[in-house]
Amino acid sequence: MAELSLIEALRAGIDEAMAADERVFIFGEDVGKRGGVFRVTEGLQDKYGPWRVIDSPLAEGIIVGACIGAALYGMRPIAEIQFADFIWPAMNQIVSEAARICYRSNGDWNVPLVIRAPYGGGIHGALYHSQSVESIFAHVPGLKVVVPATPYDVKGMIRSAIDDPNPVLFFEHKKTYRLIKGQVPDGEYRVPIGKADVKRQGSDVTVITYGLMLHYALEAAEALAGTDGIETEVLDLRSVRPLDVEAILASARKTGKVLIVHEDNLTAGIGAEVAALIAEHAFEYLDAPIMRLCGPDVPAMPFAATLEEAFMPSPEKIAAKLRELAAY
Amino acid sequence: MTDVQPGSVATGLDHGDLVAIYEKMLLARLLDERQWILNRQGKAPFVISCQGHEAAQVGSAYALTPGKDWILPYYRDLGVVLTLGVTPSEVMMGLFARAGDPNSGGRQMPAHYGYRKLKIVTQSSPTGTQVPHAVGIGLGIKIRNELAGRIVDDAVAWVSFGEGTSSQGEVHEAMNLAGIHRLPVIFVCENNGYAISVPQRMQMGIENVADRAAGYGFPGVVVDGGDPIACYEATLAAVERARRGEGPTLLEFKCVRLTPHSSDDNDRTYRTPEEIKAIRQHDPLARFAAYLQAEGILNEAREAELRERIKRLVNEATAAAEAAPPPDPATLLQHVYCGDQ
Ligand SMILES: Cc1ncc(C[n+]2csc(CCOP(=O)(O)OP(=O)(O)O)c2C)c(N)n1
Repeated sequence: MAELSLIEALRAGIDEAMAADERVFIFGEDVGKRGGVFRVTEGLQDKYGPWRVIDSPLAEGIIVGACIGAALYGMRPIAEIQFADFIWPAMNQIVSEAARICYRSNGDWNVPLVIRAPYGGGIHGALYHSQSVESIFAHVPGLKVVVPATPYDVKGMIRSAIDDPNPVLFFEHKKTYRLIKGQVPDGEYRVPIGKADVKRQGSDVTVITYGLMLHYALEAAEALAGTDGIETEVLDLRSVRPLDVEAILASARKTGKVLIVHEDNLTAGIGAEVAALIAEHAFEYLDAPIMRLCGPDVPAMPFAATLEEAFMPSPEKIAAKLRELAAY
Repeated sequence: MTDVQPGSVATGLDHGDLVAIYEKMLLARLLDERQWILNRQGKAPFVISCQGHEAAQVGSAYALTPGKDWILPYYRDLGVVLTLGVTPSEVMMGLFARAGDPNSGGRQMPAHYGYRKLKIVTQSSPTGTQVPHAVGIGLGIKIRNELAGRIVDDAVAWVSFGEGTSSQGEVHEAMNLAGIHRLPVIFVCENNGYAISVPQRMQMGIENVADRAAGYGFPGVVVDGGDPIACYEATLAAVERARRGEGPTLLEFKCVRLTPHSSDDNDRTYRTPEEIKAIRQHDPLARFAAYLQAEGILNEAREAELRERIKRLVNEATAAAEAAPPPDPATLLQHVYCGDQ
């Protein structure tokens, strides 16, 4: 066991996968000598050489498109998109191609591809370095979309993503890279895709969340337990496609009061899907309306600190909402 | 019939090869014509043609090794897939959207070719998306060879598209990457002068798509797409170059489109009657038949016999596919994810 930051855990997972399987290679902007602008791949080119960690030209369409081809050939590519905000030039390849290749070929072909991208705000990145993009991809059958938020989960899930015979979008909240630290076993292990995790047990209210908001929700839950005696259950989705429907319903049935928190915009976000599932399958267990605390419906985070703060859900905003829910 | 025809020494093609190429061209043509009849009979909702491209397709594909090289065709490439081993009845299963359609089990529109057994990579409808995949396959081959320190896989990725599609950003991004790493990719532009109704001069400010190759750092070659021997030779040179690890080539086959864009199109709304008549003069099938006859490789009796045999094949394929079962509705939800059965 070692205490690692999220970024160290992620790198360790990728490193282990590359050591285990020569077909695994990394393709993205600045991933080589520089080790990525966030340094996720730092040292890997020195270790595995320039044909395992390859600097791509500045063109997201070909990063993903070529990785699809390499995956069809039998490789296990990891595509890095420098910021999730710049994934749109690759949209055609992700949605029209990667997501549909298995279906459209009647199972003849498949795409074992991981697309990694740092996402999320609160880092003064403004509109084009702060976006949350997960719900757009989660809408697409054929894609898996994961958003792990702890060092343990990140390391275990990157291994599952690389093993997966399907395209997996692997989103890393960039604010968690160095902020979040945790215990990580030394050896190899996997965290399955599609399984949520109860990160805090509670009996009064449930928060369903993922990403950076997991940590804010845990902070809010601790504060509330101390000040108000409200016991909050915190369910970390980890994977937004597929969703762990059983875990969502189990927690909703247990507490009867559900708050969904995400940084992504409110409308048609993951919260809408989670709320619909609970309303359809656990309605009679509810003691209060399902509530959502999300990023507002503005295109993305503005640069000014005051505006950014106004955009982001925070532990304080979550605690206030939980109080409202508990009192309902 | 024993004369060595001019050029056959240089190409290595003997009379048997030339007749085999002609047979595939004829098969592609007759199968294509039958599809239009079925469309007009209301039995096939959608047809898109290879007519006018047969020489380019069969000639080029004849230079590839089936089952070894990776093939990323586009919707017009009936002649390509037939040359590589897809059978007429498999093509007809695709037309009728039968469960036995090897492309997609009836999920995609006709002419979206794909067949893992033959390394024909599944294709979609957005134009040009297959070009990055070909380059990715080339990258995979290159990585393997580089890691081994020698050529352990000398396969090539062969990918085709029209001149209209060459306007797509993905095509440029793909060629750029292939140029950077000298990847074993053969880019094939089948230029028939039109993207549906839009003529080439509204797609690009230059005369030859092949000229663009210079901007990516590899050779571009303009080839007479009506001459299967020229198409074979040009492709073979590109394939050998790629197999030696010397990198990509862009081939531009100047073709004609003898039909409307598809069964949903009416080319009389944008082509003059004179033009439609004039392009008939460039029918590659008639041209190659005349050549083979002039060379004494084919005579009228043999040609008639060949046509009879291929017509029978087309009839049998049509009947077999028509009688084949459609996909079971219960399979609708299958294969969303690999291994989800
Ligand atoms: C991205 C995209 N845009 C538009 C279309 C509609 N479309 C299908 S084929 C075609 C013309 C393609 O022309 P070209 O590449 O020259 O090939 P040709 O059909 O002439 O052989 C168009 C516009 C499409 N399939 N995909």
